[in-house]
Amino acid sequence: MIPASFEYHRPNDMAGVLSILEEHGDDARVMAGGHSLIPMMKLRMADVPHLIDLQDVGGLGGITVGDTITIGAMVTQSDIILHDALADAAPILREASLQIADPQVRYMGTVGGNVANGDPGNDMPGLMQCLDATFTVVGPNGERKIPARDFYEAAYMTGREDDEVMTAVSFAKPAGGHAYEKQKRKIGDYATAAAAVQIVKNGGTCASASIAMTNLSDTPVYSAAAGDALVGTSVDGDAIKAAVGAMLNDIDPVEDNRGPVAFKRHVAGVILARAIERAWSRA
Amino acid sequence: MTQKNQYKLNVNGQTVEVTAEPRELLIYTLREQLNITGPHIGCETSHCGACTVTIDGKSVKSCTMFVAQAEGKEITTIEGLGGPDALHPLQEAFKEHHGLQCGYCTPGMITRASKLLEEIPNPTEEEIRFGMAGNICRCTGYQNIVKSIKAAAAEINAAKEAAQ
Repeated sequence: MIPASFEYHRPNDMAGVLSILEEHGDDARVMAGGHSLIPMMKLRMADVPHLIDLQDVGGLGGITVGDTITIGAMVTQSDIILHDALADAAPILREASLQIADPQVRYMGTVGGNVANGDPGNDMPGLMQCLDATFTVVGPNGERKIPARDFYEAAYMTGREDDEVMTAVSFAKPAGGHAYEKQKRKIGDYATAAAAVQIVKNGGTCASASIAMTNLSDTPVYSAAAGDALVGTSVDGDAIKAAVGAMLNDIDPVEDNRGPVAFKRHVAGVILARAIERAWSRA
Repeated sequence: MTQKNQYKLNVNGQTVEVTAEPRELLIYTLREQLNITGPHIGCETSHCGACTVTIDGKSVKSCTMFVAQAEGKEITTIEGLGGPDALHPLQEAFKEHHGLQCGYCTPGMITRASKLLEEIPNPTEEEIRFGMAGNICRCTGYQNIVKSIKAAAAEINAAKEAAQ
């Protein structure tokens, strides 16, 4: 499998990246870990005459943990898994990262690539919507912040302009219990259905809940209604059923090699119920 | 656009220079330019792990990296771990515990396992299966692969203790 020819660029700062993007416009694309883009180039489904490798660009690899958590775009899934302070502050990130692809891919796969790519199969976009994260992009007119819940327009269509580069994701340190639950056919596969859940418990009652689903529409699906269905309840069977029902109104899966629509809707319900139960037990 | 460039790599401790188009996948550079044929091409789609090498301390599928990305990197293949005259403990253990049948996946398995044992020197069976999830064996010999990795871990740890 040989991709089409391209010119390879490895600038060592963001100014260099942006000037190449400006010069070549649509013909140029940035690459982080490459584990989404390179397979598409090998299949010749992506044609990238000018490939800009971000590996030497400084300042994109940091993880800062405080009341606000910031993760640089070039932080890999493996970096996330190995970062104990991050796992203490936001354990859903490690739980989700361990369910992405396989060890070799996790050494290369980055947060920035995963959220910027816009593939509905990627796990980080739904996770970031659950956490109400903000994405930072930089372009010729400087830096701009975009809420994760507003970022995804359609498959591979996002709020990032072609001349902008994703540099970081940030979110408030999450409270309460968490779960990232994913059904996949085999290790390394994208989700048939996945759910990201954060729940805050006050006494025996749900004070707030955030729910987002992966690979069940052409974008990740943040389901405010599903979260609302849990608030004020004791998260018993009826409440979970109501949340699942609300979520099913928000997703729009299509039939593919992971199954027909009815099956995907069934799996989505099972996965979300499990995720809510686990998050609640940890809240 | 089909211009070739010079790339400098460090492979198994030796600095080599190759002439290649940037789009050349690292596995082809290793196998066809450098005649390092331990890493195999299995699926060529980032799934099977037969092409696994270690690059700057990470296990990487060399079918999913362009040679241009690897410039300046330290690359270790199965050839850099051990050979017929001095087998790596993992190679010895795979031989002793029947950790291979056809052998096609074995270089990738052992190269990945060597990194796994650096990260987790005394892994449980579950940790081995999870840590080896990026490598597929079509002879379905996983049981003996796990057994081999466990045996190699014990051997490496015993040698470390003896050295102290």
